[in-house]
Amino acid sequence: MNKVLQADQINKHFRKPVNFHVLKDISFEVKKGEFASIMGKSGSGKSTLLYILSTMDTDYEGKLYLNEELVTGKPHQELSHLRNKHIGFVFQFHYLLSEFSVMENVMLPARKLALKSDAAIEHDAMEKLEMLNIAHLAGKRASRISGGEKQRVAIARALINNPSILMGDEPTGNLDSYNAENVFQIFKRLKEEEGLSLLVVTHDYDFAKRTDRIIEMEDGRITGNSAGSAR
Amino acid sequence: MTNWKVILGIAKTHLLTKMKSTVTASLGVTFGIGAYITLVSFMTGLNKMLDDLILNQTPHIHLYNEIEPSEKQPVALYEELRGGLNVVRSIKPKQSQTKIHNALPILNHLRNDPEVKGATPQLRAQIFYISGSIELGGNLTGIEVMEEDRLSSFSDYLIAGSPEALKNTDNGILLGAGLAETMSLDIGDRVQISTIRGDVFPLKIVGIYQSGIADIDNIQSYANLKTVQRIEGEAENYITDINVKLHNLEIAAEMARSLEKKFNIKATDIREANAQFETGTNIRNTITYAVSITLLIVAGFGIYNILNMLIYEKMKDIAILKATGFSGKDVQLIFMSQALIIGVIGGLLGLIIGFMFSRLIDQVPFETEALPTISTFPVNYQPGYYLIGITFALISTFIAGYLPSTRARKIDPVKIIRGT
Repeated sequence: MNKVLQADQINKHFRKPVNFHVLKDISFEVKKGEFASIMGKSGSGKSTLLYILSTMDTDYEGKLYLNEELVTGKPHQELSHLRNKHIGFVFQFHYLLSEFSVMENVMLPARKLALKSDAAIEHDAMEKLEMLNIAHLAGKRASRISGGEKQRVAIARALINNPSILMGDEPTGNLDSYNAENVFQIFKRLKEEEGLSLLVVTHDYDFAKRTDRIIEMEDGRITGNSAGSAR
Repeated sequence: MTNWKVILGIAKTHLLTKMKSTVTASLGVTFGIGAYITLVSFMTGLNKMLDDLILNQTPHIHLYNEIEPSEKQPVALYEELRGGLNVVRSIKPKQSQTKIHNALPILNHLRNDPEVKGATPQLRAQIFYISGSIELGGNLTGIEVMEEDRLSSFSDYLIAGSPEALKNTDNGILLGAGLAETMSLDIGDRVQISTIRGDVFPLKIVGIYQSGIADIDNIQSYANLKTVQRIEGEAENYITDINVKLHNLEIAAEMARSLEKKFNIKATDIREANAQFETGTNIRNTITYAVSITLLIVAGFGIYNILNMLIYEKMKDIAILKATGFSGKDVQLIFMSQALIIGVIGGLLGLIIGFMFSRLIDQVPFETEALPTISTFPVNYQPGYYLIGITFALISTFIAGYLPSTRARKIDPVKIIRGT
């Protein structure tokens, strides 16, 4: 099976206010169609790792491969393009552009990529919204919908360019248990039906244990790499 | 890779949702540009009028024969006293004619010079205006009226009558406005003039002349050159002054010097004659630009502030845009285009408002004794100022937008996303 994401000997230091070694020799990989989770307590460096993997943070040592292609050291402009095309992102807080409609929010990354016409993008966006059962919200302002709905809109936006991998930073952390379960089921369905690769950072053990693989982190090191109960 | 449609779409949404700030920022620019256009149109209009007042009436080069003492007194030529210290007291001017020697050939020479727009002969004569038993001293100048009109818009200073009327009336006179009032005369009446020698001539008033300078209007009148030559009893080549207009004012001084040498005559150029008028023009222009630039800088600070606040509010959005694949350059372009949209809209509105104010000023009555041809405030509608105005608007909004948008470009999305 080919590797969607591979980290090779990644090290990171926070230099301010004092030099602090956050990530120590992180090496792991995510295979295509795999639903992996990174578990760990606050301060274990799991979010820091995720932002390096997402290509937004470029201040690290080691090598990062996306679709078996080295991305470390590429210029920012190119990284933005890679992120746009290959990585979908879901944050703990929903982070929609509040002045735009739900539809516009979902369409934005695809319009930036500009591979399709506006009509085609709108069609795709509607499809994603339908898949997530929120098609009726399409015309609403992003600031006027509930938290659970916002997170689903964010997922739709992350999926619009059919990315290689979907990354989540505590995607259920800010949701009640009903909505959290809902989001989990969506992720699971995406993996099973669309064969999407997922990498989710969480400190919720109940969430993590139902994924394919749990990567446990403590004090900037990977301490465990166990199969979850998903299969 | 820049996708302008998306970038402008986002910029537009930002501007529309923050309508209040957008309007405030645009109005800042509008006010600055509008004030600049109004001010510059009015000030340059006024400047041009004042310049014309002097320039039109002043020849670029004035040729005449000056009455002055000889530089070498006869004693210096006397062999036996050479080397001694000769003191001559009570020197008198040299006896000579006031006419220009060889006036007609000089005139011909000037008219054939490609640098010269035109040259007009004049004959200035001292006369008396006779009104009943009262004699008023004054000047009568003989001119070639049609040529004068072509070169120095002579008809602008006629409050009644026309240059053609003088040309067609052999014994016509264009009487100074002050004189006409003093003697209770009007167009169509006759006025008696007397030369210094005592000959009296009746002349018909075909026009009233007003220069705007009371001292001149109280003594000066114009008649045809030939008429004045006849009154003075002189030949047709008797000319006391030659006025020269050039195509290019800048070479006046140089040319005056060369004419002096060539014809052994006195030549004054316009700079010599009106040294102070350029200073006034320069100072008025400086004031206009200083005020306008101040206004635009204030408007620029307004835009800077508003964009800075907008970017502060939109930190999260910027992080999102960057996380979903917009590069720092894209983000900068979003905010730069907002600044420039404000600049363009505000600037264009400013031009329109400036134009409307100029029209308004143009309608305000402004009648003054000194300026017979002006009835409303003078306004200059030169398109160049509108071009400068919109350029100013774009440059100032560009600078005001550049600094905040550079900050937006450099925002680290990880810090914002993790910080919450």
